[in-house]
Amino acid sequence: MKHTISILVENHFGAFDRVATMFSGKGFNIRSISIGETEIEEISRMTIVTEGDDQIIDQVVKQLNRLIDTIKVVDLSDVPRIERELALIKVTMNKGSMEEIKNINDIFRGNIVDITNKTMTLEITGPPDKVDAAINVLSPFGIKELARSGVVAIKRGEQSKIVKKQNLS
Amino acid sequence: MEKDSQVLSGADIFFECLKREKVEYIFGYPGGAVLKLYEHLYDVDFLKHILVRHEQGAVHMAEGYAKASGKVGVVLVTSGPGATNTVTGIADAYMDSVPIVVFTGQVPSHLIGNDAFQEADIVGITRPITKHNFLVRNINELALTIRKAFFIAATGRPGPVVVDLPKDVINSKTKFEYPVDVDLRGYKPIYKGHTNQIKKAAEIISKSKRPLLYVGGGVIMSGGTNELALLARENKFPVTMTLQGLGAFPGTDDLSLGMLGMHGTYWANQAVNNCDLLISLGARFDDRVTGRLDTFATKAFKIHVDIDPTCIDKNVIVDLPIVGDVKHIMAEIAAELNSPPDTNEWLAQIKEWKKECPMHYDNDGRLRTEFVIEKISEKTKGNAVVVTDVGQHQMWTAQYFKYNYPRSNITSGGLGTMGFSVPAAIGASFAVQDRPIISISGDGGFQMNMQELITASYNKVPVKFFIINNSFLGMVRQWQELFHAEKYSFTDLRASNPDFMKVGEAFNIESYSTENPNEVDSLLDKAFSINDRPVLIEFKVVKEDMVFPMVPSGGSISDMIVKRLNPKRMT
Ligand SMILES: Cc1ncc(C[n+]2csc(CCOP(=O)(O)OP(=O)(O)O)c2C)c(N)n1
Repeated sequence: MKHTISILVENHFGAFDRVATMFSGKGFNIRSISIGETEIEEISRMTIVTEGDDQIIDQVVKQLNRLIDTIKVVDLSDVPRIERELALIKVTMNKGSMEEIKNINDIFRGNIVDITNKTMTLEITGPPDKVDAAINVLSPFGIKELARSGVVAIKRGEQSKIVKKQNLS
Repeated sequence: MEKDSQVLSGADIFFECLKREKVEYIFGYPGGAVLKLYEHLYDVDFLKHILVRHEQGAVHMAEGYAKASGKVGVVLVTSGPGATNTVTGIADAYMDSVPIVVFTGQVPSHLIGNDAFQEADIVGITRPITKHNFLVRNINELALTIRKAFFIAATGRPGPVVVDLPKDVINSKTKFEYPVDVDLRGYKPIYKGHTNQIKKAAEIISKSKRPLLYVGGGVIMSGGTNELALLARENKFPVTMTLQGLGAFPGTDDLSLGMLGMHGTYWANQAVNNCDLLISLGARFDDRVTGRLDTFATKAFKIHVDIDPTCIDKNVIVDLPIVGDVKHIMAEIAAELNSPPDTNEWLAQIKEWKKECPMHYDNDGRLRTEFVIEKISEKTKGNAVVVTDVGQHQMWTAQYFKYNYPRSNITSGGLGTMGFSVPAAIGASFAVQDRPIISISGDGGFQMNMQELITASYNKVPVKFFIINNSFLGMVRQWQELFHAEKYSFTDLRASNPDFMKVGEAFNIESYSTENPNEVDSLLDKAFSINDRPVLIEFKVVKEDMVFPMVPSGGSISDMIVKRLNPKRMT
């Protein structure tokens, strides 16, 4: 099963690499990864979508917690959350298909961000399954290039303070 | 202290910090990137620098020192090749949770990434094999980083920490402030066990009929051997130990079942297989212990006490985890345990297993490792620091040496690093003066770090270097005989071993050799009478012997081979 793990890490030299190295070294899977700033200057948030059974996910969370540079690790799959992803999709286009692609873009509430004689580039934002669906519907036209941002996610409701790592026992 | 708030060079700060960490020894090797540190070292008097002959040796020495003393071992090497030579040792320390801090020189900051002369990205290289590592990018971070490094290495589940020191950082100056307190918001080891879990554990223990304590190296690291002895003896619980756990509980005690796992005793493994309660204390369910997972201790309720949450449910799903310091948790469990179960019947059953299949080796007048180890064990009464290498001799020592004290068993378990024993024993000898230090190596592994013999003789350390020479890479030869069609592919050293007597002589070490069982006593007496310098003894043993019992890799206890069916003789 897919899990979205949110990790607050120190903005230290090498900290992201530490997280990524842990995943590859332990043979865990990274489906997507996104890194960005948070409300606190010296802390970044990594959102990693990973896959595995309960035992593997349990290990992923514990191993992440074990890293000295991680401050807080939450498996968001267990809680109400908001997940978003952005995709830039460059689709092959000709006169005949232009209208149809525009329609699909409207249905997915996307933006047309670039257009040439032969291609149209759409910007689709939403939960990852919506992005998946858009890509699915567009693929028969021929996707020339695709860039996905990876998932960013946040817990619903009041913010939980950044204090320390969760204690596991 | 006097130097606080003064403007100091990076090199001064480095040594000022080591002084406050109470460092007594540095194991090191100089080079371009650390010349400034060595310039200062020349005048430092509060610690002793031990010059090694290879940086791997330095790390194993630091490990030996740390394991024997419980203190942090310290290494100093130069950049590039100096740093990369430490990698095996660091990986070894990581696998066996040994607290060491390795300082590596680095090219000046502005050259990092330039493929500069003797540049290696040691922080990148060691990331997966350190508990943590640092590149000091600014002299203002130097003191705090060193403080953090020692703190991280020694606390929680111990481990190696690398601190990479660019040349310009060491050469520049700043006002020195020693950070007494470290607070790492991302690092909060849990020491106190969960009270309810401890209560629950005690309840379950009182209801059990066949409890078994499965003890790992964590008990020794936590200093919890008294608590363990109390828990076991007051309640008459049998104790089995992992390779790293040996010494946590006296091997001569009736309640000790010896080692479990691949080369564990028959009765320890039977006990694991038949217990109804397995209490794991500072152990990690390593594959050499469990064998086939779906047949491991299937009848048992499993309690797992460990300071590292990642160890829990990693290999074996347990019923009751308790995260925290095993020393205190054992004491708390013992205190909660008002009505301990009656284990007499269970202990009698274990005794039956012991009778059914006792430890045994042939006695045909030829010299055998088991005999040598038994003799050493008798002579020292289990009160020695025994540092083994990797292979058959390591397993035989684990089986036949009756460790009676903690921190007396030093061996490379997790990584299985041949070449560990010689330097690790030298390191241990700087930590321990009141017990003999014995290095036991195979003829193969001995050659992997024998350059350090000169470190031993130059520093006059009283290490007894025992070589168990079976003229083969014995453990590999054993697997070849059992599982690889008897193709002794590149394990036969009969025609290619050096003359170990000449080796000893070349390194200025008094050396003896024997293949006669009747000479063992007198040679050991000789070795134990020499206490102001090293001594070397080569025991030429039977070539074709195998270590039994053996649970084949990935097999279950029922697949255990207890003895060889068709003994062969290699001449
Ligand atoms: C650095 C390293 N290389 C290879 C091995 C694989 N290995 C494990 S045991 C062994 C044989 C060791 O032979 P020896 O040192 O003579 O000891 P013996 O088994 O004969 O007691 C080898 C090659 C290892 N553990 N470490």
